[in-house]
Amino acid sequence: MSLLEVSGLHVWFEPPHAAEVHAVQGVSFALDAGERFGLVGESGCGKTTTVLALMGLLPPNASAAGEVLIDGQNILAGGEDSVQAYRWKDVAMVFQGAMNALNPVKKVGWQIAEPMAFHGVAQGAAARKRAGELLEMVGIPAAAGDRYPHEFSGGMRQRAAIAMALACEPKILLADEPTTALDVMVQAQILELLTGLARDLGLALVLVTHDLPVVAQVCERAAVMYAGEIVEAGPTEALYHNPRHPYTRLLFAATPDLYGRDAVISIPGAPPRLDGEITGCPFRPRCDVPLDRCRDEDPELRLVEAGHRAACHRNDLVGAS
Amino acid sequence: MSGNEQAPGPATVSAAGMTGPQPPLLEVADLVTHYQVRRGVTERLIRAPQQWVHAVDGVSFRLARGEMVALVGESGCGKTTTAQTILGMVKPTSGAVRLNGTDIARLSERQLRPLRRTVQMIYQDPYESLDPRFRVRESVEEPMLVHGIGGSRAEREAKTVDVLERVGLSPARMYLDRFPHELSGGQRQRVAIAAALVLGPGLLLADEPVSMLDVSVRAGVLSLLDTLRRDGDMGILMITHDLSTAARFADRIAVMYLGRIVEHGPSAEVVRNPQHPYTKALLSVVPKRDPRERAAPQILTGETPNPISVPSGCRFHPRCPVAEERCRREDPQLRLPAGATSPAHQAACLLV
Amino acid sequence: MTLPLQDPLLSAEGEGQPSHRAGFFRTVLKERKAAVVGLSIIVFFVVLAIVAPYIAPYSVTEPSCAVYAPPSPQHWLGCDDGGFDMVSLLMVGGRISMIVGFAATLVAMIIGGGVGILSGYFGGWVDGSLMRVTDYLLVIPDLVFMMVIADLWGASLFHVIIVIGILEWTTTARIIRAQVMSVRERVYVKRARGMGAGNFRIVWRHILPQVGPLLIANTVLTIAIAIYLETALAFLGLEDPTAVTWGTILENAFQRTAISSGAWWAIVPAGFAIAAVIVGCFLFGQAVEDALNPRLRVAYLSIRPWRLRPLVGRGPGAI
Repeated sequence: MSLLEVSGLHVWFEPPHAAEVHAVQGVSFALDAGERFGLVGESGCGKTTTVLALMGLLPPNASAAGEVLIDGQNILAGGEDSVQAYRWKDVAMVFQGAMNALNPVKKVGWQIAEPMAFHGVAQGAAARKRAGELLEMVGIPAAAGDRYPHEFSGGMRQRAAIAMALACEPKILLADEPTTALDVMVQAQILELLTGLARDLGLALVLVTHDLPVVAQVCERAAVMYAGEIVEAGPTEALYHNPRHPYTRLLFAATPDLYGRDAVISIPGAPPRLDGEITGCPFRPRCDVPLDRCRDEDPELRLVEAGHRAACHRNDLVGAS
Repeated sequence: MSGNEQAPGPATVSAAGMTGPQPPLLEVADLVTHYQVRRGVTERLIRAPQQWVHAVDGVSFRLARGEMVALVGESGCGKTTTAQTILGMVKPTSGAVRLNGTDIARLSERQLRPLRRTVQMIYQDPYESLDPRFRVRESVEEPMLVHGIGGSRAEREAKTVDVLERVGLSPARMYLDRFPHELSGGQRQRVAIAAALVLGPGLLLADEPVSMLDVSVRAGVLSLLDTLRRDGDMGILMITHDLSTAARFADRIAVMYLGRIVEHGPSAEVVRNPQHPYTKALLSVVPKRDPRERAAPQILTGETPNPISVPSGCRFHPRCPVAEERCRREDPQLRLPAGATSPAHQAACLLV
Repeated sequence: MTLPLQDPLLSAEGEGQPSHRAGFFRTVLKERKAAVVGLSIIVFFVVLAIVAPYIAPYSVTEPSCAVYAPPSPQHWLGCDDGGFDMVSLLMVGGRISMIVGFAATLVAMIIGGGVGILSGYFGGWVDGSLMRVTDYLLVIPDLVFMMVIADLWGASLFHVIIVIGILEWTTTARIIRAQVMSVRERVYVKRARGMGAGNFRIVWRHILPQVGPLLIANTVLTIAIAIYLETALAFLGLEDPTAVTWGTILENAFQRTAISSGAWWAIVPAGFAIAAVIVGCFLFGQAVEDALNPRLRVAYLSIRPWRLRPLVGRGPGAI
């Protein structure tokens, strides 16, 4: 049994005066303690919604279905009521743009200690002491807990946000674009910190990003999302060296590499809208190697080699690439 | 492609046809831009010394037609202020910004206005840089109206259609009456580029032109800029923090740190044979696409220091892994490093 | 624990605020019943005021019935102390009340909008001096000041318009200034300046349209206040007593002991008309203001959580 097992997760949104949007369409994956897992895709592919659903942090116009098992317990079983007990205690999150996750008028140390009391981890002086320890753990002097977020630099804020997420000793850490607004050097610092935490604390890390090289450097396994579905999942090495879905291959080709000599090409077209029925493979209109059957049949996510799954009809052909 | 070791051809070609030496498209000479730090009432009362933000502190470089130069650095290094000064939005404290030989730093707002046609800027977030209530047609026509060019309504429309086709929004008539929110990120950025091109600028400043766009469309916008400078009579100054993009598309890279250029040279040379310790560290932390290429990143501690209190001597010495005693005292100037494999390579480090 | 919630829908392509002005008001009217009700009330009274002289059943200069005659089939709302038909008085009085309200608001909007835009756009000493003036006017008690002015200048409709106009622009100026300051920092305004556009063009083409809806919302809210103030001034006897307005109707009735005479019809209809216009203006103005502030639009403040859908089938393929 894996630490985290997501199976058949769906999320819908009902915008006012518009058709329902099927933002996440049956996402399944699993990961173990200490594992670093990447969730990549373009904006609007459902990667952020997926991790928000894992924490039950969905807006009121959303509905969800599917199972999110932590140690075999389905935390979504009772909706918002059941997920509350797990949120922040078993699964915590680092948000994109740390400034938004920190309350500007409260001291950083106080904000880290706050959820401890709620989940019965620690209280009063003990909580404050632990907040100091957490700050040290993420590389900030404990004394800085008495300062306000605006006195922190961008990198320190993101570190403080990570300390906040670790407050209740979660088993799973979700990081949504944790380095997007940061400089490369600070990005490297934060990624190293996250990698180290996953290793030392045995955290399962889910890293959500649009940045393929970041996932390639940090994660052991990754899933590529497109139009609300996982289209390919497997070890990051296999995704780069042996992609089995054209989208994965094209995404890598669209990403410039420092020493790369091959031409950087963009993927024509745009992802489909998710407020209607999609027939066939959702990637077919942008695919460079479509087949006839892609028009009518949506390919299933299937095992193509050990630990490597892909949703492409080409994998059924004899002698597929 | 981007690996041109020497200054690229078009500049020399365009100069050859002229009588006498033509001044470079852009010449930034010893540019210094300092901002006053706002003081509160109490600070004024106790006569606290006026502090200055040393945003740009002695930057010099040239850019020829047909060339693309990338200014690379972390936030706070002064790359955006440099661009703002070239655009004429910020007055420099000292130094010169010469466009085709004319120093725009000395011009008044009124004298500057006709020159604004020569320099156009593309901004990071195309959703923000287009007026949300303007149709594509209005956004592209506006610069013509501002400068009173483009002739009649029909001529303006013809020009708009023409420039939209040039940036790859084809068929242009399909896009004319759309609003920004009806376009994708890549399309919006193309509209912004079209609105810049419509004035026929000689110099295009591109401030992180693709960092807000989806990975799948970035290459398209970058290739468009690449094509424009290659077949137009135009130079592009790209401001970016993304070394991979700079290495791929720019002819030369200038790495900035705390208001100074610390390393400057042909892209391939800077990326493959970096000399300055800051450039080396910066290159080592750029994530590679291939998971097997997990090089040991050389992570500098801390963040770029505050440009209000610039360190003495070499401004990189407090974070430098190889700093020596004299780095505290001596301020290094840009010069040809001993290990350079290109004569155009410059680094500001006492130890190279 | 405060956790930020991203809006996965707003960040998705194509979802956003309505972007052009006609579209904006259409959306407001479509999505908000209050706006429709408010606008209907305003339109009703405006139309009534315009056509009043042609459809008023009786003259308002010649008595047509007995003093304080109760409502009857001929005089639906009875008559006032001079034997004038109440329905006709209301129609004609509304005309002048509305003219005063709209004209005073126009004055207030031109001053307030102008000051707000100048102040917000140029900042610096322009902002400093204009805002000091605004502050002083803001702390003057409106009604007291108006009474003094009316007394000094004499009671006339024109004076009432001017006095209301120069007192009611301050809030508008402050709101518009704040909005202009934020629009001024938008990248597209910087881009316009970078391409060489002058201040006038930037204000006229980029800033004014952006603050327009807010200015309109404020205008509508100010109309309500102006009509209210006009009534108050008239009621206090500080308006031309020969003019027929809702305020003078009330004042007359009050002075001539309509209440002790039991002639409720001399007071209630005019009061009701004033209240209706004010409510209409507030409903519409508020709806527009709310729509302009996306933070108030939906729904994260709602305590209703997201819902769980029953899973049909089992496993990854289930829906």
